[in-house]
Amino acid sequence: MVTKQVVVAWINRLAEIYHENREYLTQLDAAIGDADHGTNMVRGFAKAVDKVGTMESQSIGDILKAVGMVLVNSVGGASGPLYGTFFMRAGMAIGDQEQLDAQAVVSLFEAGLDGVLQRGKATPGDKTMVDAMDPGLRALKASVHAGQPLEKALQSAALAAEAGMKATIPLKAQKGRASYLGERSIGHQDPGATSTYYLFKSAYDVWGKSTS
Amino acid sequence: MKKLINQVENVVKEALMGVEAAHSDVVRVFYEPDFIVRADAPVKGKVGIVSGGGSGHEPLHSGFVGVGMLDAACPGEVFTSPTPDQILAATRAVNGGAGVLHIVKNYTGDVLNFEMAAELAQADGINVTSVIIDDDVAVQDSLHTAGRRGVGITVIAEKICGAAAERGDDLKVVADLCRQVNANGRSMGMALTSCTVPAAGKPTFDIGNNEMEIGIGIHGEPGRDRLPITTADEITAMMMETILKDLPFEVGDETIVMVNGMGGTPMMELYVAYRKVAKICQAQGITIARNLVGNYITSLEMAGMSISILKVDEHLKALWDAPVRTPALRWGI
Repeated sequence: MVTKQVVVAWINRLAEIYHENREYLTQLDAAIGDADHGTNMVRGFAKAVDKVGTMESQSIGDILKAVGMVLVNSVGGASGPLYGTFFMRAGMAIGDQEQLDAQAVVSLFEAGLDGVLQRGKATPGDKTMVDAMDPGLRALKASVHAGQPLEKALQSAALAAEAGMKATIPLKAQKGRASYLGERSIGHQDPGATSTYYLFKSAYDVWGKSTS
Repeated sequence: MKKLINQVENVVKEALMGVEAAHSDVVRVFYEPDFIVRADAPVKGKVGIVSGGGSGHEPLHSGFVGVGMLDAACPGEVFTSPTPDQILAATRAVNGGAGVLHIVKNYTGDVLNFEMAAELAQADGINVTSVIIDDDVAVQDSLHTAGRRGVGITVIAEKICGAAAERGDDLKVVADLCRQVNANGRSMGMALTSCTVPAAGKPTFDIGNNEMEIGIGIHGEPGRDRLPITTADEITAMMMETILKDLPFEVGDETIVMVNGMGGTPMMELYVAYRKVAKICQAQGITIARNLVGNYITSLEMAGMSISILKVDEHLKALWDAPVRTPALRWGI
C-alpha cells in the first residue's frame, strides 16, 4: 500500500530528478523547442516541494491537487497547464483515500493522463509527453490486472515509459512548439516525453522500494 | 554568456521594476503575480485588453500598455508563457464591466495558460473573449502542426483593438476587429545569429558565420531553412515573396508594413531592408499607407528581422492613427 508519506516522497524524488537533469532537459528542448524545459520543471517542482512541506495534515488527494495548482501557476509554458492538470485530476481521482492500493495507483495515473489528453489534445505518436505517459499507463494497468505486485507493475511502467520516450526520436512532431520544425524535429528525443518518463521512474524509485 | 544582468533568476523582475521606475505616469506594475496595467485601470465601461507572453520580446507586451493600446500585459519568464494566476489577476484588474479581450499569440503554452485563466475569469463572472494571433507564414498551417505562430501582427492588432476599445466599441466589435486584423495580416522572420536565454547560459542554436536561418520564430527556435547568407535585398525579396503570395496581397491593396528588428540588428540595416520592401510593394502596385521600422517584437539579442504586412481599409487606418500613449508607442497625445 502506498501511504501519504510515500506520495510526498514521490514529489520530493521527482523534484530531485528534475534538478539533476535540468541541463539535459534544457538541451533536449534547445534542439526542437525553446531551451527552457529543464529550468521550468525545476522551478515548478521546487515550489511544489515547499507547498507539500506545509500540508502534513492533509489528504493524499488534497496534496496532489495542491501540487497541480502550484505547477500551473509556476511552471509556465505548455508544461505548466499539462503537468498541473495531471496532478489536479490525479488528486480528484484519489479523493480522501488514506492509502493507495495497486488499483488506486492505476486510477491516479489514468485520471492524470485523461486530463493531459483533454487539455493538450495530443494523441499518441504526436511526439509529446503522451508518448511516454500512454505506454507507461498501459504497462502499469496490464501488470496490475495480471495480479503482479505494485513494485513489479511500476517497474514495467517505468520501462514502457522509457521505451516510449526513446521511440519519440524518429517521430515528426505534430503538436507543440517542435511541430513548427516539421521534418527537422525527426532525430530528436522529445523533452516532454523525457520529463514524463521521470514521473514513472520516480514512482518506481520511491513506491517500488517502499512496498517491496 | 555576457549579459547586462545581475542574477539570472531576477532578470524579469528587475526589468519590470525598471519599467515601473521609468513609466509610472503611464503604467502601474504589480508583483507576485506579476503584471502591468495602465495607470488609470480599470476604465469604467471600457473593454479591457490583456495580452502577455514570455519575456525577452520587449517592448512587446509591457511597452504597449497605456491609453489607446493594452490595458494589461502579463510577462512570463524569458520565452515562457505567463501563468494563469497572473493572467487572471490582470483580467480582474482591468475589468471595467464591459468585458475583457485576451490577445493570445499562437504558442501551445500561451494558448493553454490563457485558456485556463479565461475559464477562471468566466467563473468569476467576467466576460472574456480570446482571439488567437497566428500570422507567421513560415509555419505550414495544417492539422499536423500546432498551427502558425503569432508574431509581428500582434503589435498591430494590439494598437488597432486598443483604439477601438478606447472609443467605446463593445467586446464583440473589438474581438471581431482583432480577428479581422489577424485574417488580413502576414509575417515572416529571419535570423543572422542565435540568442542566449539567460537561464540556459549559452546560445539556443549554433549558426555558422556564413549562414542564416529563414522562417525563425521569436524564441530562438530553429526556423524553416538554414541557408547561406546573402544580400539584404535578396533576403528581403525572398521573405516578401512568401508573405505577399500567402494572403495574397494584390494590386491596389493598402497596407501597414512593419520592418522589425529581432533585438540585435542596427536600425541602419532595418532601413536597408525597408528600402527594398518599399520598392517591391511599389513594383507590385501595393500601397504602404503606414509603416513602423524598429524593434517592436524582439528575441533577446538575436540579430535578424521580421516583416509584417496588414491589408487595411479606411476604418483600420483611422484606428491605427488614433492617439496612443504607451512606453514604446506614442503619438497623438
